[in-house]
Amino acid sequence: MLAQSLADGILTGAIIALGAIGVSLGLQILRFANFAHAELVTWGGYLALVFVTFAGPGTPTGPFSFGWQLIAAMLLAAVLTGGLAWLVDRLVFSRLRRSGAQPLSMVFASFGAALVMRHVVVLIWGSGSYFYTSELQIALEVLPGVRMLPDQLFILGLTLLVVTGLHLYLTHSRTGMAMRAMAESPALARVCGIEVEAVVRWTWILSGALAAMAGVFMGLSPQIHPEMGLSLMLALFAAAILGGVGSLVGAVVGGLLVGLAENLSVLFVDPGYKTAMPFLLLLLVLAVRPQGLFGDKA
Amino acid sequence: MIGLASYLVFFFSIVLILGIVALGLNLQWGYTGLFNAGIVGFYAIGAYTHAIVTSPAKAGMIANLGLPWAFGIAGAMVTTAFAAWLVGLVTIRLRGDYLAISTYGIAVSIQLVTLNLESLTGGPNGFPGIPRPLFTTLGSPALFNIFFLGVLVVVTGLVYWGLERILRSPWGRVLKAIREDETAAVALGKSALRFRLEAFVIGSTLMGLAGALYASYIGFVSPYDFVPILTFQIWAMVIVGGSGNNLGVLLGTLLVWAIWAASGVAVTKLVPAAYAAQGGALQVILIGLVLVLALLFRPRGLLGEAATVSRHAADD
Repeated sequence: MLAQSLADGILTGAIIALGAIGVSLGLQILRFANFAHAELVTWGGYLALVFVTFAGPGTPTGPFSFGWQLIAAMLLAAVLTGGLAWLVDRLVFSRLRRSGAQPLSMVFASFGAALVMRHVVVLIWGSGSYFYTSELQIALEVLPGVRMLPDQLFILGLTLLVVTGLHLYLTHSRTGMAMRAMAESPALARVCGIEVEAVVRWTWILSGALAAMAGVFMGLSPQIHPEMGLSLMLALFAAAILGGVGSLVGAVVGGLLVGLAENLSVLFVDPGYKTAMPFLLLLLVLAVRPQGLFGDKA
Repeated sequence: MIGLASYLVFFFSIVLILGIVALGLNLQWGYTGLFNAGIVGFYAIGAYTHAIVTSPAKAGMIANLGLPWAFGIAGAMVTTAFAAWLVGLVTIRLRGDYLAISTYGIAVSIQLVTLNLESLTGGPNGFPGIPRPLFTTLGSPALFNIFFLGVLVVVTGLVYWGLERILRSPWGRVLKAIREDETAAVALGKSALRFRLEAFVIGSTLMGLAGALYASYIGFVSPYDFVPILTFQIWAMVIVGGSGNNLGVLLGTLLVWAIWAASGVAVTKLVPAAYAAQGGALQVILIGLVLVLALLFRPRGLLGEAATVSRHAADD
C-alpha cells in the first residue's frame, strides 16, 4: 500500500515537475506568478488530441497503448503550445511590460488570460473528457507490491530524459546561459549584450513546450478535460516555490515532493482534501524557508 | 412588466451585495496594494457562518444554532475577521504574487471544506432553509425582495460612508503611504506589517458580511456558489471601475454584473440548450477579456483614483 502510493506519487510528481519548470522560469526570468501557465498544460493535451484524432494513436507498440503517432502528436503539440505561450506574451504581457505596468498587473492579466484560454477549450471541445486511446493495458509488477502501467513507465523515462536534456541546454548552450544571466540580473544581462526580448521569447516557448508534455502525460494517465490544468495549478506553484524559484533541479525535486505529498496524504486524511495538500506544503515552505530548498537567499 | 420590475429588484440586490465585496477588495488592493486572490473564500466563510448561526437545529447538522438574523450577521463578520487574521499572519509578509498564490489556495481549501464537512455545511447538496429576515411577516416573496433591497441600500451605504471616513483619516493616509513607498513609510515609524494586516482583515470582514447578506437573501447556499470565477468577477469590477476610488468600484460592480447578466440572457436565448457548456464558456471568456482589456487600455479604470494634494501645498 505504502510502496504503491510512493510509486503513484513519483508519477504525479514527474508530471507536476514538467509544469513546475515553466512556472519557476516564469517567476525568475519573467518575474511574475503566471496563473495562465497551467492552461498551457490543458492546451498541450488538447492540441495533441487534434493530431491523435486525425492520425489515430497508432497501433500499440510493445507493451504501450500507443504507437509512434502519439509521440509525433506530442512533439507537434509541444511546438504549438510553445508558440501559443509566445503569442499570449505578444498579445498581453509584452504590452504590459512596455507600458511599465507593475508586476502585479501582470499577475492580474495572467488570471484574465487563464480564464479566456480555459474557456476557449470548452468552446471548441466541450466540457467532457477525452481519451487518446481505448487500448486496455495490463499493469506490470515492477517491484514487489508496486504495479505500474507500461505507459506510466514511459512517462517516467521520458520525463527523466527531457529534464536531463534541459539541464544540459541551460548549462551549456548560449541561450541557456543567457536565460540564467537574465534570471540573475536583467540589468546586468542587458549590459552584457544579451537580447532581453529574445530570452523572454525562448523562456515562453520552452515553458509552453514542457507544459504541453505534462498535458499529454496527463492525457495518458488516463484522460484530458478542460479543468485539468486548473486542478494542477496550486501543485505547480507549490513545486516551483518548494524547490526554489529559478532552479531546474529544485522544480523537479519540488514536483516529486508535491506529488508524493498528494498521494501519501490519502493514507492519513479524507481523500476529499487531497487537492489541498500541495497548498498546505506551500504555506509550510513560505513560513519556514521562503527561498525554497535549492534557491539562493533573496 | 411586473416580471421586469421584480428582476430589476433582484439584479440591484445582487449588485449591492457584490458591491460590498468589491469595496472590501478596493480597501485591500486599491488602497493598500494587497493582492487577495481568495475573495470567494472569505465570502463563503461569511455565508456559511450566517447559515449555521441562524438556521434551526436539524437532524444530521451538528452546529445549527437558530439565533436571530443580527447574530448571524455579527457572527459571520467575527468569524471572517478571525479567519482573515489567521491567514494574514502567515501570508502578509510575502511578496505580492506569493500572497496571490496563497490566498488563492486558501479559497480552494475553503471550498473543499464546504464540500467535505457535510455535518457542518451540508456538503455538495448545499445548505437549504436559511431563515430570511421577516419573510413570514411580510407574507409575499415580492414584498420581501423589496424590503431586502432597502436593507442592502442602507448596509452598502453605511459601508461606503464608513470606508470613505477611515480612508480620509490618518489611518487611511498611512495605507496609501505604504502602498506608494514602503521604505519611506517605515522610516517614519509606521509598521507596514500591522497596517497591511489591518487593511486585509477589515477588507475580508466586509466580504464576510456580503456573504452573510447573500445567504440570508437567497435562503440557500452550496459550494457551487463559491467557485473561483466570482473572485475574478470582483477583480474585473474593481479594475474596470477604478481601483482606489470607492464610487468607481461601485460603478464597476454595476457595469460588470450588467455585462454578466446580459450575456447570460443572450446565451440562454441564442445558444441551443445542447451547447449550454459552450454558452457558459462564452460568458466567462467575456469576463476574462474585460479584465485583460481594461488592464491594457484603461489601467486607471473608469473613474480612477483622485489625486491627493496636501492642503499645505498652497503655502509655498
